[in-house]
Amino acid sequence: MRKHSNPARTAWLLVAGLLAIMLLFAGCGSDDDDSTSGGEGLQKVGKGEGQVNLISWAGYVEPEWTKPFEQKTGCKVNNKVAGTSDEMVSLMRTGEYDGVSASGNASARLVEGGDVDPVNVDLVPNYETIFDDLKDQPYNTFDGQPYGIPHGRGANLLMWNSDEVKPAPTSWGVVLDPKQAEKYKGKISAYDDPIYIADAAVYLKTHEPDLEIDNPYQLNDEQFEAAVELLKEQRPLVGEYWSEATKQISAFAGGDSTVGTTWQYQYFLLQEEGKPVAASPASQGFLPEEGATGWSDTWMISSEAKHPNCMYEWMDWIVSPVANAQVAEYFGEAPSQSKSCEHTADKQFCSKYHAEDPAFWDRVYYWETPLADCGDGSSGCKDYNEWVQAWTSIKG
Amino acid sequence: MSTEAVGRRSAGRRLADLFHGRPRLQAGALLGGPVAWLVIGYLGSLAVLLISGFWTVDALSGELVQGLSLENFQTLLEETVYKDIVLRTVGVAAAVTVTDALIAFPIAFYMAKLASRRARAMLLVAILLPLWSSYLVKVLSWRTMLSSDGVVNWALEPFGLHGPGFGITAVWLVMTYLWLPYMILPIYAGLERIPDSMISASEDLGASPLTTFRRVILPLSFPAVVAGSIFTFSLTLGDYITPRMVSNDQFIGNVIFNNISTNLPLASALAMVPIVVMVGYLLVARKMGAFEHV
Repeated sequence: MRKHSNPARTAWLLVAGLLAIMLLFAGCGSDDDDSTSGGEGLQKVGKGEGQVNLISWAGYVEPEWTKPFEQKTGCKVNNKVAGTSDEMVSLMRTGEYDGVSASGNASARLVEGGDVDPVNVDLVPNYETIFDDLKDQPYNTFDGQPYGIPHGRGANLLMWNSDEVKPAPTSWGVVLDPKQAEKYKGKISAYDDPIYIADAAVYLKTHEPDLEIDNPYQLNDEQFEAAVELLKEQRPLVGEYWSEATKQISAFAGGDSTVGTTWQYQYFLLQEEGKPVAASPASQGFLPEEGATGWSDTWMISSEAKHPNCMYEWMDWIVSPVANAQVAEYFGEAPSQSKSCEHTADKQFCSKYHAEDPAFWDRVYYWETPLADCGDGSSGCKDYNEWVQAWTSIKG
Repeated sequence: MSTEAVGRRSAGRRLADLFHGRPRLQAGALLGGPVAWLVIGYLGSLAVLLISGFWTVDALSGELVQGLSLENFQTLLEETVYKDIVLRTVGVAAAVTVTDALIAFPIAFYMAKLASRRARAMLLVAILLPLWSSYLVKVLSWRTMLSSDGVVNWALEPFGLHGPGFGITAVWLVMTYLWLPYMILPIYAGLERIPDSMISASEDLGASPLTTFRRVILPLSFPAVVAGSIFTFSLTLGDYITPRMVSNDQFIGNVIFNNISTNLPLASALAMVPIVVMVGYLLVARKMGAFEHV
């Protein structure tokens, strides 16, 4: 019996162990195409499978409207909340989920990756009465095929502290033009996500016409450089980059931020708390002169869905008039269902959120996934991966 | 019934016979589980991490391309932003470690050598108490305290001073607070091992208190300080929530987090940086004899 271990043998054991792991890993890596039924080719919604596994934004799947769904269909709802679009994409890639409430900056990636299937909208009776300007959009329809059911939408507003920021700004220049923004140095609030580069592109579209920016999510080298440069100049002036809504609410409530981009959710919540916040008034179409970025979410069905019938039932339920009104009010966004406006608890809700105001949404550039393809087949645009790298260098 | 009892006993017997006189088998059965966990779960995942650092991402579909490419490491070396981020992270980790050591040593010394039994117990509880509450709660409390309208500014205002606000100073402050117990406990354990007789002997031989500290206490407790510094240094190196909550500055962890779903290989390559830094740190620590006391 040895008193001391033999270092050489221990080392060999370790190496052998590691090799075994690598082989195991290499073996797992190759068999990822075991596609199961999925939602494709479903001709008729059959009997539910007893449950449905969802990925959603916080506030999209709540007992108030899932309990009646479970009672009606017998499909138990298992929900996983994701914090970012990136997280949603990686969760969907596991193949463990039936569906996702994807924003436009995730949907194209899911379609490209083959993670989701087209949706047969004939099987979703409530699709009929969804607002027309939400159908057939570049972030939910690919090659003429609808890939999901619109859930709701919102615009990224310009919000400011009305005690501190005077006169009331009418342009994103107040946070993006270095000369104007200097005045609020250290108090500017910016969205902490690569997709914020599109906000700079929306601003440049109006103010630097020479760049010929059309779609703020399809930027060529020159346009992209200009947007990134603008945000690098903004960087030292930013008080805080926010990613969670609660973080921005506390920054505005605590006086750390006085002006910046926000969602309707934070704006109305701060107003209800009696904080002196303001956003672009009705006379300006509720948006700064350049328009704004925004989001429109879509329920998509996984190509590996194990409960496709329940997923179809869910997609119909979430855009049914009452449920869609509930979720829109709970989350603070415009409903996608035109009949929902009769069912909101706050009768002013739809007008507050411009649900029935197409002119408002005309000026909103919904989030899309930046792709190398510029939309016309030419591949001179910056893809999302490059947006992420650029975002790292902007924040420094 | 009796036959069954006999049968059962004989099964146990056979098992005992199997192990009897085979020390290697005994050790194997005892350690097999934990060692397998260490090798597969721990070192295995590290190996996978290292390998995926050499992969790339297909620009169009976002799918991983498994191959051998130095692209990611090249990006890390060429883009100055990554160098800045690494230097910032390591710098803050070093600052936090030094600050914690300076705060922790007197407290640990008091606990180990001067305090009464009762005071020592109270202090131990006081040091461990913050560890009972959630990390997130502590970071968010600091966020509230450091905000413009927060208690820090309120307390400093009468003196015409202003708090640090959010930024790299805030990160240093919060991290120093968070990891302090991990520094105090090893130093306390190290100091407690120094026999009082050694200090008396030093005094008897005519050494001043300062000389005793410098020539006796410090050299004997230094490995313990290094052991504590391994905790504070590595915990700061890996943290990404505190920088996110109380500053706009990116640390290594933030960039890994940002890339994890869009460019996993780059995130893996970046994750190698803290590992390399830590290995270097541990080698230096071993030279200083830190592992004789952990």
